[in-house]
Amino acid sequence: MSQEIIIDENYRMPEPVRVGEETGSLTRVMQQLVFTVDHKKLGLMYIGAGLLFFVIAGLLAGLMRIQLAFPNNHFLPPDVFNQSFTMHGTTMVFLVGMPLAFGFANYLVPLMIGARDMAFPRLNAFGFWVFFFSGLFLYFSYVGAPGLYAAGSAPDVGWFAYSPLTTKAFSRGHSTDYWTLSLLLGGIGSVATALNILVTVFCMRCPGMTLGRLPIFVWCMVVLSFLVILALPCLSACQIMISLDRYLGAKFFDTQAGGDAVLWQHFFWIFGHPEVYILIMPAFAITSEVIPVFSRKPIFGYPIMVAAVVAIAFISLGVWAHHMFCVGMVSLANAFFVTSTLLVSIPTGIKIFNWLATMYGGKLRFELPLIFCIGFLFQFLIAGLTGVMLAVAPFTWQLSDSYFVVAHFHYVLIGGLLFTIFAGIYYWYPKAFGKMPDHKLGLWHFWLFTIGFHVTFLPQHFLGFLGMPRRIYTYQDDRGWDTMNLISTIGVAIQAAGILFFVYNLIYSYIWGKKSGDDPWDAWTLEWATTSPPPEYNFAKLPVVKSRRPLWDAKHPEDPDWKHE
Amino acid sequence: MAGVSLFRFYIPGFLKTFTPFATAALLIFTAGTASFAAEPQATPTPEIHRIADIFQPLSRPAELLLEPTHLVLLICLGIFLVVLAVLAYVLIKFRPRGPEDHLEEPPQVYGSYNIEMAWTVIPCLIVFVLVLVSARSIVEIQDRPMPEDALQIRLIGHQWWWEIQYPELGIITANEIHVPVSSKDGKPRPTHIILESADVIHSFWVPQLAGKTDLVPNRVNHTWIEPFKTGVFLGNCAEYCGTQHANMLLRVIVQTPEDFQKWVENQKQLPSEPKDVIAIQGKKDFYDLSCVACHKIDSTPAEGVFGPDLTKFAIRQTLGAGVAANTPENLHAWLFQPDSLKPGCYMPDMKLSPQQLDSLVAYLQTLK
Repeated sequence: MSQEIIIDENYRMPEPVRVGEETGSLTRVMQQLVFTVDHKKLGLMYIGAGLLFFVIAGLLAGLMRIQLAFPNNHFLPPDVFNQSFTMHGTTMVFLVGMPLAFGFANYLVPLMIGARDMAFPRLNAFGFWVFFFSGLFLYFSYVGAPGLYAAGSAPDVGWFAYSPLTTKAFSRGHSTDYWTLSLLLGGIGSVATALNILVTVFCMRCPGMTLGRLPIFVWCMVVLSFLVILALPCLSACQIMISLDRYLGAKFFDTQAGGDAVLWQHFFWIFGHPEVYILIMPAFAITSEVIPVFSRKPIFGYPIMVAAVVAIAFISLGVWAHHMFCVGMVSLANAFFVTSTLLVSIPTGIKIFNWLATMYGGKLRFELPLIFCIGFLFQFLIAGLTGVMLAVAPFTWQLSDSYFVVAHFHYVLIGGLLFTIFAGIYYWYPKAFGKMPDHKLGLWHFWLFTIGFHVTFLPQHFLGFLGMPRRIYTYQDDRGWDTMNLISTIGVAIQAAGILFFVYNLIYSYIWGKKSGDDPWDAWTLEWATTSPPPEYNFAKLPVVKSRRPLWDAKHPEDPDWKHE
Repeated sequence: MAGVSLFRFYIPGFLKTFTPFATAALLIFTAGTASFAAEPQATPTPEIHRIADIFQPLSRPAELLLEPTHLVLLICLGIFLVVLAVLAYVLIKFRPRGPEDHLEEPPQVYGSYNIEMAWTVIPCLIVFVLVLVSARSIVEIQDRPMPEDALQIRLIGHQWWWEIQYPELGIITANEIHVPVSSKDGKPRPTHIILESADVIHSFWVPQLAGKTDLVPNRVNHTWIEPFKTGVFLGNCAEYCGTQHANMLLRVIVQTPEDFQKWVENQKQLPSEPKDVIAIQGKKDFYDLSCVACHKIDSTPAEGVFGPDLTKFAIRQTLGAGVAANTPENLHAWLFQPDSLKPGCYMPDMKLSPQQLDSLVAYLQTLK
């Protein structure tokens, strides 16, 4: 146990012979994708599928922005617009945000804790395929849910599907059923994967990797998994209740038969608000890895950073009704949820301050991952502050369901989550493919996307101040909304250009990128202790760690971390 | 042009928000725009308040909301500037300096109990203040007792229009709420609005008068307004309610007490009998076709309740819950093909002949 980390350069496990290796390459690739239970391949498949759905949902958003660019526009009919925002929201939350989180967790958690794979590799593959088919199932509604009227009708009830819009009386045909069953299916996959992550972290850590030495990334994924296990079953229960209402004559949410519409909102947001923190968890995770490495300092205040994540998750279980300040709750309930919501800002503030303190006194290296994380810090600051504003119920009586809310959560999910996803992809790209992402293309991506993002979403705050409600497919020309809507739409085009650079960079670097070597960023966590890309068994010999930065210890034997912790 | 009017209206209202509190720098900035800010007030107030700026409330709950709003905006602005300054400082001070800079690692700092304590405690204090201010404001607005003589209105949401009832006055109308203006200093005359829904959830939102309150089926909600300026205030349904959510517009027409009384008197009278031949034919058509199945006109066999009450249809400003102005041409288009103005709405295309259209338009114009 006194040894530093052990990496035997000469040892390679014999490659086992697999079925299909001798056949044509395409067949082999397909077989590998379909049959694989390797956590790294599944992680990349999660990320790839997430990015695919991201592009689809982004195109839907583009269509909506074109429709809203001008008042009284006739680009999209109302039903198509309503389907678009429903599909956009549902896709971004369930088919982009969560799969990307699971993708990163899958790829990195075993590597970071020095394990050879996830605890249940087959369950892992099951989780991925269930998610993937739930996504295909949702999109099949465009052709498969003709209902009574139109040829093909995607769900149009909004991603939070407020009853009684989902009852048979107001949602004919099968579009809502596609939404319900798809999320039910996806929920099963998510819970399976979350369980898998928890068991992996609690049972498969390498010698010396105590909970107190887990990288913060892994801590965030543990918290995320707990939240998934607590929240997703609520959603599944909701979906089952809707289906019972629609097909077996239950009356949970059917107001015409005495059901309760507000009950749905409580049930949905008991899932829905922890879900928001599930989505932002990867942002915390990735930032907490990238900022220390590119500031050349350990994370500032590791224990309080972990405590803050746990506290955020814990408080997030008790804030759901801040989505419901307008439904007419009693004033005491409103005041309670104002309080609990504002409490979230305390640990969140701690995180931001600690990231800044990590950078303070360091030697910053402006590589792509850090640049995107700085973008994240700036935008997440704005998103957090508009979140504080939205916690103040009297203000929210004006802002709820307005474009201010749209701007707020896009600052959280794009400015916050997506920027760190980009940071994470650029950071671990060399690990996954052995090639460096191109810096210049990455800068183009960053600046176009950042400018486009702010041009799109900053004006939407002001549209909210001017009384523009969300989810309207058109508006009249005399309300003072036209200029800012046009600006917002122009921003989408700039963002799209940024995304093109991103996609091109991924392909370009894969083919022509410089070879990266095993540890191009001079990083400190265990995934950099193996080859790039890592072999199927990750580590030839399991590492032994003595501190939170095992590779720092190996590189600086004169001043190892374990002397200070 | 719209852009010009937009910024002229919008930016002053937002900046004025900060003036009572603002720092010196902000004051200089506001002073620069002060002449700009005064401009819209110098011109006579338009009859229709089209720019529904929440920072320019003209009624009481919306005005009361501004107090916690100002506070939270100010606090957030302060935090934003401080953190931004720290971020900028860190990025500049610790930027890379030359290629040799990385040969040596910076001092490794693992944390600091005192500093972390400071940035835990200070936010706690801010949260404490915000909680108290919000709670007071919530109680002040939400639990405000209504005086005995407050005007009562029952607002019922339908897909995609508003039914408006005055239970004490025996008036039923649609999409346009008429209320008397209240005075800021004298005896206030608030209007108490009871919110219900006939189908799905809708939300009442007229930004310059009051924040949102939802209209939830199977449930009775309340809100109130106390406008101190006359004019027409525009609002939207603010909870997604199906295909035509976007065109579920609401107008609140705030009148002087005298004008309001005149309106009430007019509403209580039956519409005059049509006199010219085409309108008389139109009245007959109205009963012969299935219009009566959904619409109601007082003292006639038209008793339908699915659509809006048409008793005083001709004095309304708009058609189809605000989708178009109530002109004979628009009415013609609306009756000919409701879908052309409001795709997906529940008013069916009755396949009317041109003669029927003309006569129905003529008849509906007489409903004053």
